[in-house]
Amino acid sequence: MDVTIVDYNSGNISSVINSFKEVAQDKVNIEVTSDLNKIKSSDKVVLPGQGSFKSCVDALNKIDGLTDTLNEFAITYKKPLLGICVGLQMFADIGYEETETKGLGWISGKVLKIDNQNRKFKLPHIGWNQINIVKESKIFKNIENNSHMYFVHSYEFIPKDKNVISSTTDYSSNIVCSVEKENIFGTQFHPEKSDKLGLQIIKNFLNL
Amino acid sequence: MLKNRIIPCLDVKNGRVVKGINFVDLKDAGDPVEQAKIYSDGGADEICFLDITASNENRKIIYDVIKKTSKKCFVPLTVGGGIRSTEDINKLLNCGADKVSINTAAVENSKVVIDSSKKFGSQCIVVAIDAKKDGDKWEVFTHGGRNNSGIDALKYAKEMEENGAGELLITSMDRDGTQIGYDIDLMSKISSQVNIPVIASGGVGNLDHLVDGIKLGKASAVLAATIFHYGKYSVQEAKEYLDAKGIPVRI
Repeated sequence: MDVTIVDYNSGNISSVINSFKEVAQDKVNIEVTSDLNKIKSSDKVVLPGQGSFKSCVDALNKIDGLTDTLNEFAITYKKPLLGICVGLQMFADIGYEETETKGLGWISGKVLKIDNQNRKFKLPHIGWNQINIVKESKIFKNIENNSHMYFVHSYEFIPKDKNVISSTTDYSSNIVCSVEKENIFGTQFHPEKSDKLGLQIIKNFLNL
Repeated sequence: MLKNRIIPCLDVKNGRVVKGINFVDLKDAGDPVEQAKIYSDGGADEICFLDITASNENRKIIYDVIKKTSKKCFVPLTVGGGIRSTEDINKLLNCGADKVSINTAAVENSKVVIDSSKKFGSQCIVVAIDAKKDGDKWEVFTHGGRNNSGIDALKYAKEMEENGAGELLITSMDRDGTQIGYDIDLMSKISSQVNIPVIASGGVGNLDHLVDGIKLGKASAVLAATIFHYGKYSVQEAKEYLDAKGIPVRI
């Protein structure tokens, strides 16, 4: 099996690479590239993302044909794709970090700044928080409800259709922390930094 | 509910741990990679490396340490010490660091914080503030505590938040190494004033000090070196203690 981690200059992806290689060992071939042909021929794609919504979308658009290739992979051919952090946020129609920016539009909704309730809550939301699993998801196999995952973000994805939400976490409000829509998976938390349980989620994705 | 973090810190010099855990069964007690692994297996929420290597030549060794650690530890890794530029940050992130903590360079040139938080995202930029009490205020020190910048620590903390820091690592120089507890006054003043998480550091001697840092100092995370290094307490023991005191921790 070939899995591609999309390298589109979206910030630091070394931890994502390390964790996927740790789980894959020799059984799965992990490629780190923005080569369109390699992405097309992959079985699965991982879309990481750090920094702002705008900087990630801009970085995607800078690589000629990359957005089209990802659209084809996830929407036309319906092959499994996992978005992590801003990678998940980019599924939305629109994001409001820095300035209004169009997303990939795969899952209808928008990305807004977390309401800190008049500075009652610190932002970014950094650290370990528990996930409340609200729908059975293949990537949560062997993951117990209320497991701790590592978060670091100031913006949240608000999907229109609440049925895509697979887990939420409790901070200043109920924050969407993972989504699943057919072949498209996303986590707001960082499985690559969430210790053994995070690696289990990566394993579940590779085993899909 | 978001948990308070416990962050063990390893002081590394020329690629070797200076203050190390005194475990007899350690194959190599000075190996930072092995010690980091013990911490992450023990439930550390994050691991911090402080590179105290003096010579520029030997500073490259830390890259190799981070590379190896990030292949074994799957919790966030923060690296500080000697970071001067966005290029230094880029190298450390590429080696597998998740965050960097910037100290002297942030005081000398605030552009480093502005530029790097834009380039890499605020989530990986921690500004480390070494503060020393002078009358009823605190002053920011640089160069490992050798130089007094004369800058007011509270004002500086606010400024660093505005410049794009994602977190502040506050070390009380009066308390560092004393084991008499954090400077609670300093921690709570800064934490109340900024809206980004504060990591308390300097002075931990027992587990009640960690409790105080969170309850009274209002810190989001507590960093400690000595109490973990010499095996006085394990990270797990610290977490159980905090849990018993009603502080939310990841167990």
